[in-house]
Amino acid sequence: MSRVRVLVGTKKGAFVLNSDGTRREWDVSGPHFAGWEVYHVKGSPADPDRIWASQCSGWFGQVIPRSDDGGKTWGPVGNEFAYQGVPGTHQWYDGTPHPWEFKRVWHLEPSLDDPDTVYAGVEDAALFRSSDAGATWEELAGLRGHGSGPHWQPGAGGLCLHTILLDPSDPRRIYIAISAAGAFRTVDGGDTWQAINKGLVSQYIPDPTAEVGHCVHRIALHPARPNVLYMQKHWDVMRSDDGGDSWHEVSGNLPSDFGFPIEVHAHEPDTVYVVPIKSDSEHYPPEGKLRVYRSRTGGDEWEPLTRGLPQEDCYVNILRDGMAVDSLDPCGVYFGTTGGQVYGSADEGDSWTPIVRDLPPVLSVEVQTLP
Amino acid sequence: MIHVVLPAHLKTLAGVDAVVELDVEGPVTQRAILDALEARFPMLRGTIRDHATRERRAFLRFFACAEDWSHASPDALLPEAVASGAEPFLVVGAVAGG
Repeated sequence: MSRVRVLVGTKKGAFVLNSDGTRREWDVSGPHFAGWEVYHVKGSPADPDRIWASQCSGWFGQVIPRSDDGGKTWGPVGNEFAYQGVPGTHQWYDGTPHPWEFKRVWHLEPSLDDPDTVYAGVEDAALFRSSDAGATWEELAGLRGHGSGPHWQPGAGGLCLHTILLDPSDPRRIYIAISAAGAFRTVDGGDTWQAINKGLVSQYIPDPTAEVGHCVHRIALHPARPNVLYMQKHWDVMRSDDGGDSWHEVSGNLPSDFGFPIEVHAHEPDTVYVVPIKSDSEHYPPEGKLRVYRSRTGGDEWEPLTRGLPQEDCYVNILRDGMAVDSLDPCGVYFGTTGGQVYGSADEGDSWTPIVRDLPPVLSVEVQTLP
Repeated sequence: MIHVVLPAHLKTLAGVDAVVELDVEGPVTQRAILDALEARFPMLRGTIRDHATRERRAFLRFFACAEDWSHASPDALLPEAVASGAEPFLVVGAVAGG
């Protein structure tokens, strides 16, 4: 029978949740890296026993642990993230130039086919790659060299590169997203990059349709149809049918189109999940009701999924990397909250059960489906 | 033999559970101690000092003989009591860092 491994990063450590294919009983291990912020934990598709984590702290900076036994034991690998050349400046919150400074790794994206290769999205925004199992990291400097880099400005969470999507149909095509610069695409493996924000409208920047400056919270794709992208923006849920060349809004009947995560069903490219949040300052669900919204039409038409979720007095948030799906049938959906709950659904979101209730605030959730 | 006291999280990272004992060649300075510490425990590189500048991370402090050496030159000679091993060199997490 297949198994599921849920990898949870929190404000004070990482947790590994294991279950069989029924997804009813869970074994919880952790905290790993207790006391450290764990922004992200993700396993290699090429070798599921190889798992990467981003472990950081205000005292001690960045550490990258790697497990080669499915999360049972971990060892630190290289943690030097040096910007290539003279880093230059980006915009600071007050609009003045500010030197590029490495702060932390937000997201680790393992290669789809090489267990020794992994990408890291960092703050201040840049993309790094290791091809030696994490021993050394090299910046793909063409991204910051895009030309618009000096105009990028941090969002409330910092100038973070938080999303990395590898196109399974073309290893040279990568999508990334930065708050608050926008989405970018390379078609040459990372040497050169193009801003892909046409169609985004953001009232919080001087030119609402500018090429860069949009606070993209997350983007997602389905591996069987990688030309279709979904985006949860600071406001607005968006969709692109041309690999990011243009976007159109699909917020439809959502109670709020503000939110952080967006995820696609493992087997249905038109089934999408979001968690509406009330507003940019009120980071909790509308009406105190925790509702995942599912569209089976690729956006525009959304249905609330509430069974098993608190429907009163709920004021948690779900962060951008806090939702993931497994690839069992029916598809499982998981998300973690800033209140420390990790909810799981074994029926595509129709009903939910808390796997754990009292973790530290959850920063990220990833899932591995294992044979 | 120099004695170095690490904060709990760095002891865990380095895989040690007690005071670290180090042989330091030449003048006993902060730089010499930290160079020897990082040579023996490479996983600590970047966690006490910046990789590139080798400057102390902002939320760490260096204490010795009840004095704060955090703002002293990294090449200043530390007290003889540290050099002789009678007193430890302490790496301490600042109150504000977590």
